[in-house]
Amino acid sequence: MRKSTMSILAGVGLMLTSSTSVLAQELTIFWAEWDPANYLQELVNEYEAETGVKVTVETTPWSDFQTKTFAELNAKGDAYDMVVGDSQWLGAASTGGHYVDLSSFITENGVDKSFVPATLQYYSQYDGKYWSIPLEGDANGWAYRKDWFEDPTEMANFKAKYGYDLAVPKNYKELTDIAEFFTRPAENKYGVALYTQTSYDAMAMGVEQTIFTWGGELGNYETGEVDGIINSPSNVQALEAYRKLYTFTPPSWTQAFFVENNQAFTEGLVAMAMNYFAFFPALANESTNPHAANTGYFANPPGPNGNQHAALGGQGISIISYSENQEEAMKFLQWFIRDDVQQKWADLGGYTCSAAVLNSEGFLNATPYNRAFADSMKIVKDFWAVPVFADMLFQMNDRLHPYITTGEGSAQATLDGLAEDWKKTLGN
Amino acid sequence: MAVLATIDSGSRAAARGWSDLAIRNAFILPTIGFLVVFNIFPLIYSLGFSFTEYRVSLNKPAEFIGIQNYVDLLADPAIWRSFSTTAQYVIVSVGGQMVVGFGLALLLNRPFKYKGLFTTLLLLPMMLSPAVVGLFWKLLYDPSWGPINYALGIGKFEWLGNRVNALFAVAITDIWMWSPFVMLLSLAGLSAIPKHLYEAAAIDRASWWYTFTRITLPLVSPLLLIALIFRTMEAFKAFDLPFIMSTASVETIAIKLYQMAFQGWDTGRASALAYIVLIVVLCITNIYVKYLNKVKER
Repeated sequence: MRKSTMSILAGVGLMLTSSTSVLAQELTIFWAEWDPANYLQELVNEYEAETGVKVTVETTPWSDFQTKTFAELNAKGDAYDMVVGDSQWLGAASTGGHYVDLSSFITENGVDKSFVPATLQYYSQYDGKYWSIPLEGDANGWAYRKDWFEDPTEMANFKAKYGYDLAVPKNYKELTDIAEFFTRPAENKYGVALYTQTSYDAMAMGVEQTIFTWGGELGNYETGEVDGIINSPSNVQALEAYRKLYTFTPPSWTQAFFVENNQAFTEGLVAMAMNYFAFFPALANESTNPHAANTGYFANPPGPNGNQHAALGGQGISIISYSENQEEAMKFLQWFIRDDVQQKWADLGGYTCSAAVLNSEGFLNATPYNRAFADSMKIVKDFWAVPVFADMLFQMNDRLHPYITTGEGSAQATLDGLAEDWKKTLGN
Repeated sequence: MAVLATIDSGSRAAARGWSDLAIRNAFILPTIGFLVVFNIFPLIYSLGFSFTEYRVSLNKPAEFIGIQNYVDLLADPAIWRSFSTTAQYVIVSVGGQMVVGFGLALLLNRPFKYKGLFTTLLLLPMMLSPAVVGLFWKLLYDPSWGPINYALGIGKFEWLGNRVNALFAVAITDIWMWSPFVMLLSLAGLSAIPKHLYEAAAIDRASWWYTFTRITLPLVSPLLLIALIFRTMEAFKAFDLPFIMSTASVETIAIKLYQMAFQGWDTGRASALAYIVLIVVLCITNIYVKYLNKVKER
C-alpha cells in the first residue's frame, strides 16, 4: 500500500514538474472590461480551435484596470500571461522589468513592415525597444445627431444666428457654436457630452486633444521640460476653449467617461458626444441606440491655426515577464499578427493596426465610423509614457477639474500650477 | 511573558498532558500570530518605507532619504487641501450624525406602539453596503432625473457638481447612514438614566430645558463622547462614500493616499502620508479620551 502510494505521488510530482505538462495548456490575457475585450475572446476561441490551447480574456472595469494590473505586476504574479496595456504604461512597465522585450520578435516577424508605423511608435515603443504588439488601435472622435443637424428649421435658425450652414464642424469654433446652439435646458437638450472623469485618464485625454489641436504640447517628451510648454499661451487658449465647451454639457457633468457620454447620446440629451471609436459600435447598434440610424461620426476638428489632432487611445498586447507560458504566448502572438487573423479581428469589431487591413475599402466601409476612425489614426498624439505617468495624469486631473467644471481660478493659473507639479514629478 | 510561561513539569496539570495554560496559549497564539503578520509587521515595514524613495512598480531597491518624504508632504499644498477637505467633512458629517442620532434617541426613549419595529427600521441604513449607499444616493442627487430635486422643487440643482455642494451632499449621505449608530449608543445611555431623577425634577417643577441640560445631557455624555470618538475616527478615514459619489470634488486624505499608493505606486511617500494621518488621528483621539475621562470622573 505504502509502495503504491509513493508511486502515485512520484507520478503526480513528475507530471507537475514536467515543462510540457500533460495538462492542457492555457493562456490568460488581462484587459479592461469593454466590447473589444469581448471581440478578442471570440477571436482567441479560434486559436484554441487551431492549437488546442485555451485562451481566456479576463477583464476588469477601466477605472480599476491600471491599479489591478500593476498590483499583479508589482507582486511578480503569474496570474496573467499577457496584458493589453495602455500606451502610457510602456515606460513604467518596461523600466520595472514587467514586460518581455519583443524587439527581436517584431523585426524577425516583419511586424515593423506589416503594421502601421504610427501604431508601433505609440503602442509598442519605449526607449528604443518594442514591448508590445499593437492590438487595438483607437482614437478620440465624435458622434453627432444627423437628424438634428439636417432638420430644416434648425438649419434655418442656425444660419440666421451664426451666418453659416449647420453641418459637421470644420473647426473648433464651429464645434462650439453648434454646441451653444443646441443647448436648451428647458427642452432637456444640450450641446455636447465631454470627458470629465478623473478616476483614470478621461479628463486628461479630452483636454490634451484640445491642447494638441491648438498647436500646443504637453512638454518635451525627450528632455522632460515642461515649463513654458504646458503653460504656453496656446495651451491657455485651448483650456479656455474646453472650459467653454463644458458649459454646454448636461447638468452635473463632472465625472463622465465613455458610459456616460454614450448614454447622453442614446437618451437624446446631446447633439454631439466625444468618445473613443472603440465605444461607437454601441451607437451604431439599433438595439442599444434608438437614434442609431440618425447617428453620424467625425474626427476631432482642427483648431484655429489648422492643427488637427486626436487623443490616442488603444493598446498593445505585451507578454508579462513572470508568465510561466512565455513560449506559448510568443506562439500566440505569431498567430495574432497573421493577415487572416487581423482581418478576422477587424471583422469582429476590433481595431486592427495591420496596414493592409486598415487601408482596405472593405474595412473603411464596414461601419459608419470606420472612415472617421481611419482619418483619426493619421492625426493621433499621446500623453507621456514615462514611468511616473500615473502621477502626472492625476496631477493633471486635479488641476484641470475644478477649472473646467466650476470655472475656479483661471486657465493660466491652472496650467502654471500643473507645470510646477510636473517639474517636481519629473525631477526638473 | 506570562502567556508563554510553561507550567511546573512536576505538577499534576503537566501529568495530564494538555494543561489549561497550554490550551489557553493554543487559542491565543494564532490570533497573536495573525495580528503580528497582518498588523504589526506591515506597520513597521511601512514605517521603514516612509524614510525611503521607493516606487514598487519600478523594481528598484528603496533608497534611504531620511525625513524628505515627510517634509515634501507637509509642504505640498495639495496635501493640505485634502486635509482641509477632510476636516470640513468630519465637522459637517459627525456634527450632523450627533444631532440627528441623539434627536432620534430622545424621540425613541419612551414607550409607544411598534417601538421595536421603528427602531429596527431606523437601524437599516447602517447595515447597508457603503458602495450600494453611495451609488444609490448618487442617483438620488442626479439633477436631471433624481427624485431629491423633484421633491424639493429646486430644478436642476447640482449636488455633486462643485466642491462645496458635493461636500454637503456626501456628508448628508454619511449622516443618513451612520446616525443610527449614534442613536443606538444614545438610547443605551438614555435608558440607563434613573427615572427617579426625572420624577424629582418634575416635583421641583423644573423646565424641560433644565432637565435636559442638568440631568439628561450630563448622564448620557460619556456614551455620546464614545460615539463621537468612533464617528470622528471613521469620518477622518472616509473613503468609500466620497470615492463612489464624487472623487474629484471631495478628495479626502484617504482618497489622496489611495491614489498615491495604488495608482501612482509611490510607496515611500504614501507610507509617509499614512503615518502622518495615523499621528493626526491618534492626537485627536487622545484629546477626546482625556475629555471623556474627565467627564466620567464628574
